[in-house]
Parts: sequence; C-alpha cells; structure tokens
Amino acid sequence: MASPAKTLEIRTSPHVLSGYGVDEIMFNVVLALAPTIVFAVYAFGTMALLTISTALAACLVTEALACRLSGEESTLGDWSVVITGLLYGLTLPPGLPLWMVAVGGVVAVGLGKALFGGLGMNPFNPALVGRAFLQAAFPVAMTTWTPAFATGRFGAVPSSTLTLPFTEPFYDGVSAATPLALWKFDRQVTDVADAALGFIGGSTGETCGALILLGGAYLVARNMMNWRIPAALLGSVALLSGLLHAIDPEAFPDPLFMLFSGGLMLGAVFMATDMVGSPMTGLGCVIYGAVIGVLTVVIRIWGGLPEGVMYAILLGNALVPHIDGWIQPRVYGTDSARRREAES
Amino acid sequence: MRLLGLKTFRHGVHPPESKDQTSGLATRQLPFAPLLEVPLLQHLGAPAIPVVREGESVARGQAIARPDGRMSVAMHAPATGTVRRIGLMPGINGRMIPGVAIEPHPASTQEVAGGAPCPLEAEPAEILAAIQQAGLVGLGGAAFPTHVKLDVPEGRSVDALIVNGAECEPYLTTDHRVMLEQRDDIVMGLRYLLRITGAERVIIAVEANKPDAAAHLREGLPAELPVSVELLRVKYPQGAEKMLTTALLGRAVPSGGLPLDVGALCINVATTAEIGRLLPRGRGIEERIVTITGPAVVQKGNYRVPIGTPLRFLLEAVGVTVDVDRVFLGGPMMGTAASSLDIVITKGTSGVVAFTETEAERTHRREYPCIRCGYCVDACPIFLNPAQLGALAKQLEYQRMADEFHLMDCFECGSCSFVCPSHIPLVQRFRVAKSSVRRTGAN
Repeated sequence: MASPAKTLEIRTSPHVLSGYGVDEIMFNVVLALAPTIVFAVYAFGTMALLTISTALAACLVTEALACRLSGEESTLGDWSVVITGLLYGLTLPPGLPLWMVAVGGVVAVGLGKALFGGLGMNPFNPALVGRAFLQAAFPVAMTTWTPAFATGRFGAVPSSTLTLPFTEPFYDGVSAATPLALWKFDRQVTDVADAALGFIGGSTGETCGALILLGGAYLVARNMMNWRIPAALLGSVALLSGLLHAIDPEAFPDPLFMLFSGGLMLGAVFMATDMVGSPMTGLGCVIYGAVIGVLTVVIRIWGGLPEGVMYAILLGNALVPHIDGWIQPRVYGTDSARRREAES
Repeated sequence: MRLLGLKTFRHGVHPPESKDQTSGLATRQLPFAPLLEVPLLQHLGAPAIPVVREGESVARGQAIARPDGRMSVAMHAPATGTVRRIGLMPGINGRMIPGVAIEPHPASTQEVAGGAPCPLEAEPAEILAAIQQAGLVGLGGAAFPTHVKLDVPEGRSVDALIVNGAECEPYLTTDHRVMLEQRDDIVMGLRYLLRITGAERVIIAVEANKPDAAAHLREGLPAELPVSVELLRVKYPQGAEKMLTTALLGRAVPSGGLPLDVGALCINVATTAEIGRLLPRGRGIEERIVTITGPAVVQKGNYRVPIGTPLRFLLEAVGVTVDVDRVFLGGPMMGTAASSLDIVITKGTSGVVAFTETEAERTHRREYPCIRCGYCVDACPIFLNPAQLGALAKQLEYQRMADEFHLMDCFECGSCSFVCPSHIPLVQRFRVAKSSVRRTGAN
C-alpha cells in the first residue's frame, strides 16, 4: 500500500488524452516546411537564408515582446510563431531588403496576431498580414524578383538585400519575371514541369510545388491538416481555369500552369489551412477553400496584379466567422440530421 | 453504417484499448472484507428501505432492503453475517448516503440463499417485479433500474432488442469475461427478455476486439431463438445506446428521446446474464464482476466482488504500487475518480482502474487557447459543436448553450476533451453547464 503521506488525485474524466498537443501539431508543420526551406536556400542561395532567418527572428522577437508587454507566459514554445515567421519569409521576394523583411515581420506578429489577443484569436493569417503590409508599403520592391539558380548565389548577396534601412534598394543584377507576370503582361507561357519542380523565379519558398505538396501530404497523413481545404482550393482553381481555358485557350492559361505558378501551392497547403483562420466543419472547409480558389483565379485573370493568392486567402479568412455561423454540424437525432439520413 | 464489413457510427475516437492484460484472465473471487457496507442507493432513483435491524443475522443473498416505489430496487446481503450498522456512509461522489453495514461470519460457508424461482412462463409484469426484487440495475455503469427500462409502455413495440457487449471503454474486460463464462446465463436472460419485451429479434453487439466472445456466443445460441451476434468496429463510444442503435439499425434516436422511440431497446450483456442467473433461482444480486486493472495494480484481473466491498480493502487485496496517483471507478473515458478509499463497490461499478504518476501526469497539460482545429467537431458522436459550446461555457452562457447549441444532447462521453490539442476541459465544462441548466429548469 502507498505510504501514509500519499494522496490520490481527484479529477473528472476523461482520464486519458489523445496525446496530440498544440505544440506537437505546430512543430510538425515546421517539419513539413523543412523541404521547402531547404529548396529555397538551394535555389536562391545566401539571400534566401538571410531573408528567412531575418523574417523568423523579427517574428520571434515581436512575439516575445508582446508576451512581455501583456504579462503573459511566453508563447514561443508552442511553435506557432515559428510557423508564422517561416511562412512569412517564404512568401517574400528573395532579394528583398532585409530591413523591409524585419519591418514586415513586426507587423505580421504585432498587428496580425498579438493585437488580436495572440494564439487562436487572430482572424487573419499573420504571415499574410505582414506580406500584405509590405505589398502596400513597398510595391516595387515586393514585385522585383531576383532570379533563381544564379551562379555564385551561395557567395555574396545582391546589394538589394543589404539596403540600408529606410532607403530605396538598388538592384544590381538582372531581375527575373515570375511565370505569372510573364503570362499576364507578355502572354508568355512557362513550362509546367519547370514550375512544378521549382526551376522558375518567384518568392523565396513558393517555387517548388512538388515539395510543398509533399509537406502537405505528411500533415494530412498525420491528421494535422484538414485535406478538404487544399483539395477544394486547388480543385476550384483547376475547374474554373480549366473551364476558361476550354472557352478560349489564347486568353486563358491552362489549369496546370495556374496550379503550379505563383504562390498558389504554398498558400493552398500551408496558409489557407492555418487552423485558426479556417472553418471548423468539413463542409465549411470545402466552401472556404472553393471561395479562395475562385477569388485567386479572378484576381489573377481580371485583377491588376499578376498574383492573387494572398488577397484571396485574407478575404477567405474574413469569411470564416460567417461560414462557421451558417454551417453548424447537424446534431444527431434532430430534424436536420434526419433529413441527412433520408438523403443518404 | 458499415465500414470494412463492421457496423459502426460516424465520428468518435480511438483511445488505446489497454485490455490485453486482463481480457484473458478468468474471473476470480475476491475475499470478503471484514465489513461490507451496502449503500441503499446504488441506482438512479429513490433509496431502498431497509427491512433488517442492527444486530440481526442475515444470510448471503437475503433481501435487506425493499424498493421504495417504482424508481427503486431491492438490496441483498453480500455475505452471511451480522448487521452492524444502518446509517450514513460515504458515497462514490463524496456525499454521505444511507447504507447497511454487514460483518461477514468468518466461519460461514457463504452459501447463497435462494427463494421462489420466477418461471419463464410468468406474465411479463411478474417477471419485471421479480427483476426489481432481484435488485437489478444496468451493470454497464449507468445503474438505471432494469425493470423500468424493460417496461415497454402501452402502444410501443420493440422490434430489435440490442444486448450491449460492446464494452468500448478502455481497460474494462468485465463484459468480455461474462460473454465467455456465462453463456448459459445470457441465453436464459434472453428468454426472459424476449418474453417481457415481445421483441422480434435480438442482436448481441460485440466490438471486433473480442472475436473469441462473439464466436463463443454464436456456437451456443439455441437455434429457436431469433438471436444474432454482430461485430462492431472498435471505436469509442460504440457502446452508447444511441450509437449502438444507429450502427446496428441505421436509425437515429430522436434528440431527447430513447431508443424505444425508434423501436429498439438496449440492455447490457452483464445485466442480461444476471437476469438469467438470478431469476430461475429466486435470488438477488449479491456480487458483480469488476475489472481491477491499471498500471498501478499488482494483481490485475477480473474479480467477483461482493457488493459493498470498500475500495481500500479491494486495493489492498490486489495490491497497488507505491506510485499510485489516481483511482477511478469505471473506464478512463467516463469513469469517476474515487473521492475517498472508504467508498464501496456498487452494482454500477464495472471496473476499478489505478493509475501511477506517469499516466496521471499525461492529463496534466498546459491549456492553450482554442486553435479552432475542429478535432472536437469531428469527434463528437452527437454532432455537436464542442468548440463553440466550450467558448460559450467559458462566458457562462449556459442557457444559450442549451437553447441554441443542443447542450442537453451531450451525454458526456468525453471524446471532445480526449482529442483537444489545446487540452481545454470541454466535457468537464459541459457537465457544469448541464447541471446548471437542469437546476434553472427545475426552479
């Protein structure tokens, strides 16, 4: 028998838990991002490493500061801000001046997350809030693309990266247009295989669709990502752009090109699926994904910008409270549920 | 609904089964404690009225209390001995409840007293009265008086009687052993049940992790009885009445209703076996099978435990390790943590599980804010929205939870808390909310 001093704990059931924790889920998202990060550094060299590290550092520091200011326990350990920092860095043009990267990172976590109340409270994806801020503040720098696979990319960084704070960047090399810009402004079509495997220009971490999908597959397999969101999102993009392409192949690019160009894969797999900013029901996730997909195509084709994923996801985030209000699970044994049984 | 050939319901969770250590162990008799304290309220309803006096000698199985009205059942002496005290005793939830304390005679052979058998040919009402006099309640844990449950109201009919051998709670192997060891009792119980309810058919529901029990039952079922054994997918809470009805019959029990509303009646397999064991002998329930297990228990097993055995005696008899940290009655998903070691085993106690610090530690997790992952929405077998309910519970919006989000349909299976990665005590808050709503409604 236990020693006399032994006390028993009284707790209400359940006495077992699944073992999944927020920190574990978030850490696995970081793991799933690893191949994409490695490829980004391989494709863009030192400047990508600097961009991602600066983004991450800015986000971590802002989060730590926010915790201290609000007197809360540090939330760095839940890995959520690490995802924000990495994703934010991956969405930026590789040669972006580091001071801009840092400013956007502060905005991402400060405005996008901390002001709303931190983890679980932010309606918008913080990484995209940071990027949207930069897009509005520095439109030229945010659409100037340093080419991938440049010779000597692992040595010195382009002068734009090291621009002094609050000064205009100077681009010394040739700047590469992204496939979407090439198509939009010059009607020039990039090979889909090149786009899928990442042999194209673009933001630091968006270019290799195949590795992004690999990371997504890992998370889906571990039940840490709702597969319905990327499926509905990519499906609706494929469907709508396929329809348009069938109507007029000259005016509209083919759906595979749409899928693998720009930030669509990164956005569909890692941004739209952010649990905090997406609906809670299966049907809600399908609607949410489809709305983002349609918006992306609409912005890309009829909007002023070549790329529309970022705004599409932010608009989708804004819709989530409404989607969750409309789409409630149909409670067992109620009229709505009986209708469902009758339908099936 | 069928999945891979096994019937099941939608949603639910998969806690580790943890049954291997006791499922293969035949039941053993636990010795008599020096003092057995039989609570007069071991069921849902009114306490029984004692019919013995302090100092009186009683025989094992003899009635010591009679039912007080319809929502009450008789109590029986768990041992031949002397009534030492009639008064308040600690109940399972920490409250004091009336009970009868009996000191077993050490020299007694502990022969069980019988009475007038209840013949199978008796009228259904007589059989129901015999079940009430036998002191039977749902042995699966709910402890609802069996004679009330089996009393099919005028104008209703039962087309399928579901005998619940799912035993979906982790760790528990009580029903498993009953199915393996008491087949004849189960068959006898079925005959009584068919007679009472007029059911057209009987389905014995067994989770697929007990294929030996299903096969054993199938072999021994008399051909003339309309009984089948169905294997169910291993998933929690498969053994909940509503889930069983849906899985086996494809019918949803209406919100706020009973399986009877869709022509089904569910009864636990151990209760069925007890009907078959007690009624032909005119006896009352004096002991029950309890799975005593968990990492802190030395001699894990399935034991026949006299009703009224104090938890302290039981744990000393099987032995617990020094790092024992939590003891609960029932399974880990819905079981109640023991408030004291002075509480006793009652008719509703299907298991005693003891955790060491290691297992207890796993539920001490930091609570994060809801990250809206939706795991709870995908786990809730009733298709509630636990995340939303949880947010409302935090704001104490209990009435709104009931009015707009079907709080009262929650049967507290705990699947939401089990999956929540933020470790939010969802079901725990729902229990508080439900009792608050019930109190408000009662006033």
